[in-house]
Amino acid sequence: MTPLLQVKNIRKFYGARIGCKDVTFDLYPGEVMGIVGESGSGKSTLLNSLAGHLAPDCGEVIFDTRADGPVDTVTMSEPERRMLSRTDWAFVHQHARDGLRMSVSAGGNIGERLMAVGGRHYGSIRERAADWLARVEISENRIDDRPSAFSGGMQQRLQIARNLVTGPRLVFMDEPTGGLDVSVQARLLDLLRGLVREMGLSAIIVTHDLAVVRLLADRLMVMKDGCVLETGLTDQVLDDPQHGYTQLLVSSVLHV
Amino acid sequence: MIELNNVSKSFTLHNQGGAVIPVMQNATLCVEPRECVGLTGVSGAGKSTLMRVIYGNYLAASGSVVVGGVDVAKAEPREILALRRETLGYVSQFLRVVPRVPTLDVVAEPLLAVGTPEGQARDKAASLLAQLNIRERLWGLSPTTFSGGEQQRVNIARGFAYDFPALLLDEPTASLDAQNRATVLGLIETAKARGAAIIGIFHDEAARETVCDRFVDVSVFSPKALA
Repeated sequence: MTPLLQVKNIRKFYGARIGCKDVTFDLYPGEVMGIVGESGSGKSTLLNSLAGHLAPDCGEVIFDTRADGPVDTVTMSEPERRMLSRTDWAFVHQHARDGLRMSVSAGGNIGERLMAVGGRHYGSIRERAADWLARVEISENRIDDRPSAFSGGMQQRLQIARNLVTGPRLVFMDEPTGGLDVSVQARLLDLLRGLVREMGLSAIIVTHDLAVVRLLADRLMVMKDGCVLETGLTDQVLDDPQHGYTQLLVSSVLHV
Repeated sequence: MIELNNVSKSFTLHNQGGAVIPVMQNATLCVEPRECVGLTGVSGAGKSTLMRVIYGNYLAASGSVVVGGVDVAKAEPREILALRRETLGYVSQFLRVVPRVPTLDVVAEPLLAVGTPEGQARDKAASLLAQLNIRERLWGLSPTTFSGGEQQRVNIARGFAYDFPALLLDEPTASLDAQNRATVLGLIETAKARGAAIIGIFHDEAARETVCDRFVDVSVFSPKALA
């Protein structure tokens, strides 16, 4: 099986300061990988470098495209990368307002991505938007409301619908449940798990919440000071951490 | 089906002065299909640790742990996940589930994961829950609010929903009444008859004698025994 994404020696510095360095891994179709670490560990820098939001200083991010097979997305042209980020890639931001157009209706937010890949029939675009609103548990009669009139949890679910409507194969998520209260979090996790299984998505999830990765991620990467300290099967890394820092991280979690 | 060769395991506590605690050495064990092997040894001897090493939950320090042709000690995460989905089942002592998911779905999940049609998976789950005396009005609720004994039975139903070729059972009969215990022993016998290789921990001696074909005392794998 060809990996969906091959990451080779990604390095990103901000001047003399380290963002992340020497990150290498393969992600296979259907795999969900969690990246954990405290704030400042370089996990968001890594995610943004992989997703093309930041240009890495060196390294390769090879994606197995539908048309041409494995292609290095770091060196591909800007229009190609933009096309990729509208079709096979999706990015779920921590703050929904970064990923939504706040002045456009909920239906418009979902429809925009469909139009970007050539959808033109108003009726069918609206129909798919309504279908996706239902899938993320937003009532269809809110389709013409702007996201600014939605609660934080609803905005996050709308952002997920907007991202997944084009049937991407790889989803990048930056703290998808951060800033939501726990009951909303549980609902969102349940939703994400279902979508990942139904659509066979691969995902890379950055979070500092170990409970979230235990539920969502198949495998885990632990980062500190821009470096990868430990990787492995999620429950193995959490239950039998090998590195001192991971042991500290796991033993610092409060149990309720 | 399950083959362990010279497996050792130690824990290094980096944040407590780097203390190294060796817990297992030269563990060698082989379980064939249609066989149930009981692990024995006093509490703390390493029975559950051995089981977790076989399941890939604990990382073996050395040796090989081959289950259905896959060496768990060296396999990639996705290979271990495939093994857990298709080959190796595990009934732990505690139920760990996603909040909000109804009991029937919790039990049907292993079947859905291998592509069983939804209706068929739910029928099998319902029949197991009924056999284990979980009242039907509870099936639509999340098991997180259930009593300890009920959670244990939901856990067992989940473990036996899909016909795993290899099964690890960590005290499946603990905290069960006589009738439910008999049901669980029946499930184990059926699994053996269809060809499953089983490793079990049973504190209940009568249960142990009923289903196990032979015993392995894990205290011989403890590092002290060698010293």
